[in-house]
Amino acid sequence: MKLKKGKYFTSILIHLVLIILAFMCLFFFYVLIINATHSHADLQKGFSALPGKSFIENFKNVANDGSFPMFKGIVNSIIISTSCAVICTYFSSLTAYGLYAYNFKLKKFAFTFIMAILVMPTQVTAMGFLKLITRMGMYDTFFPLIIPSIASPAVFYFMYSYLQSALPLSLVEAARIDGSGEFRTFNRIVIPIMKPAISVQAIFIFVGSWNNYFVPALIIQSKSKMTVPILIATLRGADYMNFDMGKIYMMITAAIVPIIIAYLFLSKYIIAGVALGGVKE
Amino acid sequence: MKKKHKSISYGKWGYLFILPFFITFFVFSFIPLINTIRYSFFEYYRSGIKEIGPNFIGIKNYASLLESDMLKYTGNTLILWIIGFIPQILIALMLAGWFSDVRFKIHGKQFFKVVIYLPNMIMASAFALLFFTMFSTKGPINSILMSIGITKSPIDFMGSVFGTRSLIGFMNFLMWFGNTTIMLMAAIMGISTDIFEAVEIDGCNRIQRFFYITLPLIKPILAYTLITSIIGGLQMFDVPQILTNGHGNPDRTSMTLIMFLNNHLKSKNYGMAGALSVYLFIISGILCMIVYKMINGKNSEK
Amino acid sequence: MKKKLISALIAAATAAEMLAGCGNSANSSSESTLGQNAADSSSESVSAENSSADEGKIINIYCWNDEFRTRVETVYDQVVNTSEDGTVTKLKDGSEIHWIINPNQDGVYQAKLDEALMNQASAADNDKVDLFLSETDYVFKYTDKTANVALPLKDIGINPDKDFADQYSFTRTTASDSDGVQRGSTWQCCPGLLVYRRDIAKDVFGTDDPEEIGKKVSDWDKMKAAAEELKAKGYYVFASYADTFRLYGNSISEPWVKPGSSTVKVDKKIMNWVNDSKKWKDSGYFDPAIKGQWNDDWNKAMGSKSKVFAFLFPAWGIDFVLKPNWDGDKGAWAVTNPPQEYNWGGSYIHAAVGTDNPQHAKDIILALTANKDNLVKISKETSDFTNNRSAMAALASDKSFSSEFLGGENPFKYFAPVAENIKIAPLSAYDQGCVELIQSSFGDYFEGKVDLDKAKANFETAIMERYPDITKVEWPE
Repeated sequence: MKLKKGKYFTSILIHLVLIILAFMCLFFFYVLIINATHSHADLQKGFSALPGKSFIENFKNVANDGSFPMFKGIVNSIIISTSCAVICTYFSSLTAYGLYAYNFKLKKFAFTFIMAILVMPTQVTAMGFLKLITRMGMYDTFFPLIIPSIASPAVFYFMYSYLQSALPLSLVEAARIDGSGEFRTFNRIVIPIMKPAISVQAIFIFVGSWNNYFVPALIIQSKSKMTVPILIATLRGADYMNFDMGKIYMMITAAIVPIIIAYLFLSKYIIAGVALGGVKE
Repeated sequence: MKKKHKSISYGKWGYLFILPFFITFFVFSFIPLINTIRYSFFEYYRSGIKEIGPNFIGIKNYASLLESDMLKYTGNTLILWIIGFIPQILIALMLAGWFSDVRFKIHGKQFFKVVIYLPNMIMASAFALLFFTMFSTKGPINSILMSIGITKSPIDFMGSVFGTRSLIGFMNFLMWFGNTTIMLMAAIMGISTDIFEAVEIDGCNRIQRFFYITLPLIKPILAYTLITSIIGGLQMFDVPQILTNGHGNPDRTSMTLIMFLNNHLKSKNYGMAGALSVYLFIISGILCMIVYKMINGKNSEK
Repeated sequence: MKKKLISALIAAATAAEMLAGCGNSANSSSESTLGQNAADSSSESVSAENSSADEGKIINIYCWNDEFRTRVETVYDQVVNTSEDGTVTKLKDGSEIHWIINPNQDGVYQAKLDEALMNQASAADNDKVDLFLSETDYVFKYTDKTANVALPLKDIGINPDKDFADQYSFTRTTASDSDGVQRGSTWQCCPGLLVYRRDIAKDVFGTDDPEEIGKKVSDWDKMKAAAEELKAKGYYVFASYADTFRLYGNSISEPWVKPGSSTVKVDKKIMNWVNDSKKWKDSGYFDPAIKGQWNDDWNKAMGSKSKVFAFLFPAWGIDFVLKPNWDGDKGAWAVTNPPQEYNWGGSYIHAAVGTDNPQHAKDIILALTANKDNLVKISKETSDFTNNRSAMAALASDKSFSSEFLGGENPFKYFAPVAENIKIAPLSAYDQGCVELIQSSFGDYFEGKVDLDKAKANFETAIMERYPDITKVEWPE
């Protein structure tokens, strides 16, 4: 009886904590979206909790502004982020599997090396990176934003940790006995096992790439290739000429909606993937 | 004996599989990195649009950085990171525990899982901009506080060291706790249910089970979280940059290392930025080594 | 015939310089004399049809927003149309202007421009920077003769003394290098005024008449007395300490950094600003909730709920900052003379060294900054205060010219005399950083977070971070 009461109490506590956290998370989105429905003049009057009437007008302002091609920017961001997510998860899994499943002379060195570069801040190499890209003729293209994601030490490490806990080497041995080639084993057996890890990381990479401002701002020059964060920075930086907070909020809203849709769409798979990871073995 | 023979013959596949990673790394990171390190020994900057240098000056950049407030900024960065990370990891562990425990009946579990990750979606700069507006002296938070009578005059959140730092910490917490929760949940779900069933039969209660079974088993992912968080913390930039307009006010107490680096990059001081990068590299290396040893030390001995 | 020959000579000279890359100083000085002679005889107008075959087809213009583009579209008679996305403008002779717009935010604009200018010598003709814009705060970085990135205007056939005779002379000084060679020109002039709320004026002073209010704020002592009166009724004279900065900061007598020096010399006037602002802040003359400028709190101070009496703005400030932020009725604001004449802002047009379109560069600069009719047109369409003395004097007394936002007042009546009396501070290439950092470093001091010495130390740290070649900061006694 006492136990049951305790459980009841715990349950209330859990829900309370969750509701508070969820409120904090959603509140900011609420403010953002509400603000996106107000005109700049409305916003000047102070925050109001109710939606305003300028949603369509703000949306039109964002959509029709030729100097800030928002929708082109969203398409660009989708292309880059999706490519990054695919390439990065695949090659990171490949690298992790290579280091996990095989024994070779430089294995320890390779692992230590990757762990060492894991701590390297991106900003450290930025200026050299820019010079290199320019020399390679890749300035103002998407390639420098996508290809380097093949070497993502952090994702590699996640995949490696996951393999450690999820892939028994006996399975690989068994595949070999069945006559499966190494590459085939990886694609047909290892990748499906890694699905939960891949889907989790894919989302993280997608989001990270979507929100990346630092590198694209260095590389991208032409308007038609700009990504969403650059456009937002451009709009904010357009000083007094374009001073319209309603428009800025709308732009941020427009920038996060696709990503939220993608997330809601993928989250099913993620949670399913996580569950799948639970029943394997 | 047979096994060893086998691993040798498959070794080339190992090389092959890790090759793309290393090629990409060498081209896109290593060459720029070497340049960065090389510049750190030079006097090399822009004055207006004139390039000064590069003149070799040995370790002068390193020396003058030590004389500067670099250590203070290291301290700031660490404090800001801790303020955000402690609640983040605690709440994430708690939530991951709750979510992955089938015996808790959580209504709207899916909903909560989806919602807690949402703040991570929005770009840090936009998030900081939003916070800046909300917590400004004439912003919505102040008008709410004043209308319900908690305070009479507006609170200047970003005017005090405590306020600014707490805000930055809070934002980092809010942005990352969902991410960490998902990660830990994936790890906990990865633990075989047999183990849980076994300990349940042994009469382990929930708390014991958490500390003695779950925690040790998710150590690798925990280490991963800790390490990526340390790196993320050291690289903290967007949030304090935008919240304080890049000045790290008040009195430079919210100036992080990367903001400091950014100041040098902005002035195109390649020499100084290079030296600072090397320091950063060393600091993060040491920190990660400690964490890695701490968590994986026993495992690898086994 | 002679005219044609000479313009060919100019083109040849420019072509020679293009080949020579950035060109050393000896080279450019001999060229200058050539350009000068040419300009003397042919400065009337070398129009587009005269352009030689060497002239490139693509004119690359670097700027930070579309303001300049809209100005060009308004007044440059060669414009045919602009593409939908605003990146390409077609001209009648078949050439195209390509607009390369980068945000000012975080110094992105200057970073990209610097990169392009440094690669100018090796860039293909169609990728070369032809024209670029700069702002008063950093114009000197580009007009600096040792940097040599902005062509002396006489090298492209402009005779500044003649063509720009009607410009405000301080704008010409601002766009000149330390030898007085003009390397840029602007279409706007940014004299600043005091813009105040009529309702607050009536409440406190019993009148909202600009003449009467003008008398109450005509110098700093009177201004302070007015602030005291405002305070007694629960109003603030200005929003923040940053509002008054330009009045002090833009009238310093010596440059922040003297040519060739590596010392930042903080002017006495700057310290006056610091001391006065501290006093004013502590006396409660500023709105305590507002820190600095260009943030949301500051914007809200321009709203109808605010208790702030006045702002110090040039024409662009009234139109692009105050107007969008005001949520009340039209006619609630008025302008009058400021306690001290000052200039704030201004965009300068420069022809880049190495341009393959010297002719177009010349045409555009002349059309936008020397043609009186064009400047009047800009003023009438956008209420920008433009860089032509006689036109502005005419507008100032033009009864039909009034602003609805200012309750029917003609702001040019007040702008014009201020513009005549501006004493522009001598410039250095370090101005932008000094202006920005001095305000942020002393912000903490005004807020009472640090003492004066600490604020000074913070400024020293910040300025040396920004400019690696600065080794010392000197404070006035």
